[in-house]
Amino acid sequence: MSDAISAISGSSHLLGDDVDTDRIIAGKYTKTLDLGHLAEHLLEDYDPTLVGRIKSGDLLVAGENFGCGSSREQAPLAIKAAGVTCVLARSFARIFYRNAINIGLSVMEVPEHDIADGDEVSVNALAGSVTNETTGASYRATRLPAVMAEILAAGGLVPYLKNGGDYTVRE
Amino acid sequence: MSSARTSAEKILALKAGEDVRAGDIVIVPVDGAMATDTTAPLAIKAFESMGGSRVWDPAKMSLILDHATPAPNERISTLHTMMREFAAAHGTHFYDVGDGICHQLMMDNGHVAPGSLFVGADSHTPTLGAIQSFAIGVGSTDLAAVMLTGKIWLKVPRTLRIELSGDLRPGTFAKDVILYLVGRLGIAGATYEAVEFGGTTVAGMSLASRMVLANMVAEMGAKTALVDSAGLELPAALAGQSFPDVAPDQGAEYRAVHHVDVSDLGPQVAAPHLPDNVRDVRELLGIKVHMGFIGSCTNARLEDLHAAAAILRGQRLAPGVRLIITASSRRIFNEALADGTIQALSEAGATFITSGCGPCVGTHQGVPGDGETVVSTTNRNFRGRMGNPNAAIYLGSPAFVAAAAVAGEIVDPAEFLAGAPVGSKVADGAAT
Repeated sequence: MSDAISAISGSSHLLGDDVDTDRIIAGKYTKTLDLGHLAEHLLEDYDPTLVGRIKSGDLLVAGENFGCGSSREQAPLAIKAAGVTCVLARSFARIFYRNAINIGLSVMEVPEHDIADGDEVSVNALAGSVTNETTGASYRATRLPAVMAEILAAGGLVPYLKNGGDYTVRE
Repeated sequence: MSSARTSAEKILALKAGEDVRAGDIVIVPVDGAMATDTTAPLAIKAFESMGGSRVWDPAKMSLILDHATPAPNERISTLHTMMREFAAAHGTHFYDVGDGICHQLMMDNGHVAPGSLFVGADSHTPTLGAIQSFAIGVGSTDLAAVMLTGKIWLKVPRTLRIELSGDLRPGTFAKDVILYLVGRLGIAGATYEAVEFGGTTVAGMSLASRMVLANMVAEMGAKTALVDSAGLELPAALAGQSFPDVAPDQGAEYRAVHHVDVSDLGPQVAAPHLPDNVRDVRELLGIKVHMGFIGSCTNARLEDLHAAAAILRGQRLAPGVRLIITASSRRIFNEALADGTIQALSEAGATFITSGCGPCVGTHQGVPGDGETVVSTTNRNFRGRMGNPNAAIYLGSPAFVAAAAVAGEIVDPAEFLAGAPVGSKVADGAAT
């Protein structure tokens, strides 16, 4: 199990509700295998100054329905490539949530929290725990289904299935 | 516990080989899969990183060039080459530049069947639920795993059922129904859920119209759509075959059932910048329009081109308005060519582009300028969706777009279809 997934701490960037995948990474930038190029344009149509403020190890903290819209995996890839280690949201759109876990980006559904922009937050995605180091408050994340937890713990679906692997379900 | 099941539960039980209920996690074999030029290159890379050397069943796998076709630059052209070479090396189906939009090609060429499980690396894959298949959109790595294992893990979804009754008024179409529902239920109104469509209105709908309903469940966050089979005309490619009965049982457990009488529904429009920001067209009359687009996996089938031609035949686009049209496949383009529809639209001033996703995804072939207003038959109007965050996009039916392109401003298409003379101030709404 990777520590990079089980224990994360960083500064938070607050985002609103219904942030769609077109605003996370515009369609005109998606046709590439160059992840650095994706990272440069992260959330450009949401707030063009945001990517310049993200430091490696930071977290995105979003509202409801984060990642709605297209199935483009370039959306979580752009977030990961920009150095973001975890996305917290009150709720996620379905495909984005799956894609993030599949590429080994921690995502945590935290319906109730009072994290403010800039707060230092530490999380354990597999345990589902979130601590606001700035205020001392703690919050609970929705539990991942076992199969998703195993994929995330492996670092994503590629390492999970690598070299003859197969899906397993232990509920 | 009741033995009654939804369509989603029935299909996933068939695939799992055991009874399943909403909430169960299953690992199930896939009957068909596809990826496009937005998603396939990453999927191929992930497949190879997984150690994949052969696609599980090449006859069940399709790769399609539709999102940026013909390639606008050398980077994308090289990704297209990568897909052509992968398809040839592995023996998968391959659809090249101009063949059409992925969902149309899957439907028309027999790649998906009623009662089957289809996985597409495109969020509008639920379009294929128009023939009561369980069709879901996934990302590239999930698709790579399907190519490797032939399987996918799924949570059996809860189901939201929509019962539609009444006859649609002239000028009102399946697009207006689904826009109304997206507006009422919201952009996250069916997240993780299956959406069943049934009722007398649906039973009278063409396959093309059923595809419109199923297509935009994506704009409610749904996992899939399942349209009841009553009255369904199957694609010719499936003629003579038999399929499992996956009709929902009486008494199946639904998260909710909504009954909607469509008889009084007027044209609906999603205003910027969210697909659930839906208004009656009469609230938006008079907004000046610079560009129209009739196309996409939502509304570019023959009946859509006919609806546009019913308004545009013998007319001219308003000065300062450009209208871009793409048929959803080469076959549909050829049918519209043969019956004179293309000529009528072209003579009215429309510009035809390659069958594919085109301006909908904002890569090329019709990016709006700063401050411009676009009327479009597509499914998403997120800020920047068509390639420019400083443009405003209004979503509606092909008749809505055609009427706005002739008038130069948003008008009620029903009044155009009723024979109102162009140039009369239909936008004043005096006729209502």
